[in-house]
Amino acid sequence: MTATTTTPQRRDGSPARDASARPPAGRRRLNGVAGRISLHVLLTVLGLAVMIPFLWMVTSSLKLDSQVFTVPIRWIPEEFHWDNYTRIWSRIPLVTYLKNSLFLSVVITALQVLTGSFAAYGFAKVRFPGRDALFVAYVATIAVPWQAYMVPQYIIMEKAGLVNTHLSLILLQAFGAFGVFLMRQYYLTIPDELCEAARVDGLSEYGIWARVVLPLSKPALASLALLTFVNTWNDYMGPFIYLTSNDLWTVQIGLRSFVGVYDAEYAMIMTGSVLSVLPILTVFLIGQRYFVQGIATSGLK
Amino acid sequence: MVSTTASAASTPRARRLRRRNTLAGWSFILPNFIGFAALTLVPVVASLALAFMKWNSYSTPEWVGLDNFRRLVDSENFWTALRNTTYYAVGHVPLTLVAALGFAVLLNRKLRGVRFFRTALFFPYITSLVAVAVVWNMLFSPDAGPVNQFLRAVGVDSPPGWTTSTTWAMPALIIASVWRDMGYYMVLYLAGLQTIPGELYEAARMDGASAWQRFWHITLPSLRPTTFFVLIMLTISSFKVFDLVQVMTEGGPGRSTLVLSQLIFREGIEQGRFGYSSAIAMVLFVVVLLITVVQFRLQQRSER
Repeated sequence: MTATTTTPQRRDGSPARDASARPPAGRRRLNGVAGRISLHVLLTVLGLAVMIPFLWMVTSSLKLDSQVFTVPIRWIPEEFHWDNYTRIWSRIPLVTYLKNSLFLSVVITALQVLTGSFAAYGFAKVRFPGRDALFVAYVATIAVPWQAYMVPQYIIMEKAGLVNTHLSLILLQAFGAFGVFLMRQYYLTIPDELCEAARVDGLSEYGIWARVVLPLSKPALASLALLTFVNTWNDYMGPFIYLTSNDLWTVQIGLRSFVGVYDAEYAMIMTGSVLSVLPILTVFLIGQRYFVQGIATSGLK
Repeated sequence: MVSTTASAASTPRARRLRRRNTLAGWSFILPNFIGFAALTLVPVVASLALAFMKWNSYSTPEWVGLDNFRRLVDSENFWTALRNTTYYAVGHVPLTLVAALGFAVLLNRKLRGVRFFRTALFFPYITSLVAVAVVWNMLFSPDAGPVNQFLRAVGVDSPPGWTTSTTWAMPALIIASVWRDMGYYMVLYLAGLQTIPGELYEAARMDGASAWQRFWHITLPSLRPTTFFVLIMLTISSFKVFDLVQVMTEGGPGRSTLVLSQLIFREGIEQGRFGYSSAIAMVLFVVVLLITVVQFRLQQRSER
């Protein structure tokens, strides 16, 4: 959809209509350039507006508490208080929080990718009675809001004595239907003939999964892994409900609790926020392509 | 895929094959299914049953029919939460949709720096909610917050108190949530835009259609499946909203931003009223389901 194309492809056949409908080439090019520039200006303004909360976060994290709310706003701090970034480690047990977040994110992601891609093979490449009904059950639960069944889940966890453990969150989030769904959609695009050929060559179904399908689905695996990692890292409601001990808290809960207790330490709060976002920014910039692909595949099929 | 035709299904060999396939299929699904069944499927079914039971953390479950729903109808908290949730959805859904579509159309072209803009717009979506909520709370700070400083600068004499005001707390939440979510739906729209054949625009341009006409008569109709999907996703996620509200306003000031999910959490997990909270959850689910069905019908009608 390039409205600013300077040389539109000409199709011969209706020159008369062509000439009457379109402005002369020169004016058109000028329009194109002017359009391009105004578009750039518009995008830059909009882009900046969208980034303002981040700019505010970063500049405030380098100020003193008393300098955060000034009239007028100072977008560049008078002096840079980098020491906020060293002091925060002794103010909040941030190392523990980061470790917990990392542990949960890695374990949950690994389990989700493994069991999800394994189950997806059963749904996409093996035909057996009841398969489609079962898949409908999976998809249906994606549509049910989590809030609708979080209480029974909590009761189960409580009876099992798992409330206030990391295991509860791992069990709750590692077997999600979403991973199965995303991987199945991708497996459907792998031709059945490939699996058939492998079967003729004597590979077992597990062999086909491991040696044919899995290597071909690397982009989908990456998407699923990244989406799960980010979701788990950012999850607030799960840890908020299940984790009560400070030493089990994730970054999100720890940060929220710090804000609740020291609500006037604006600069330190922003420092913590920046630090909680940095790992995700890194992961995102590395795997951006897969994020977008994952959302596009899981969303539009 | 092993093909079994209908006529072959009865031969012993085909039956054996089918049994083998069933075993193989289930063995793939089982590792995930055990966790899924125990912690998603069973709770989903249980919450349906719980809604008709009286059960507190210290009592035994007892079948009470529609009692929970009768209590719900009389509960002021419930109606407030339902109203607030609807308010949030009515603001969040159209604004996010328009912003997402607008940015997608703007960014769906070959232009220097377009990738950077896409990244910048998408980033809020994967930023942790706590950080988002905390930053917006500060931006909305009534006295020296940047938002109100800007409003004063453009001539608004007494800008709203945002999260400190019962009337403005919800708009503040909606603004923050639109900012956060639009990048995600923009990606969906960008994917949708890629599927529109360029020849359509070329032909329209030859016929002298203006940019606006091209958008209105080609882009929008071609994006209908995407819009339908985005609408459903947005509606469901609006009715489920929890984190942002919990961190930004905790449902306050007063009950002005109390939403259904918070009420379920408070009644079910904090107070241990399992039955009653499940009844609220059921209402939430039915509302979401109804809206989805209505949207589905509308979509089908418009396609005919």
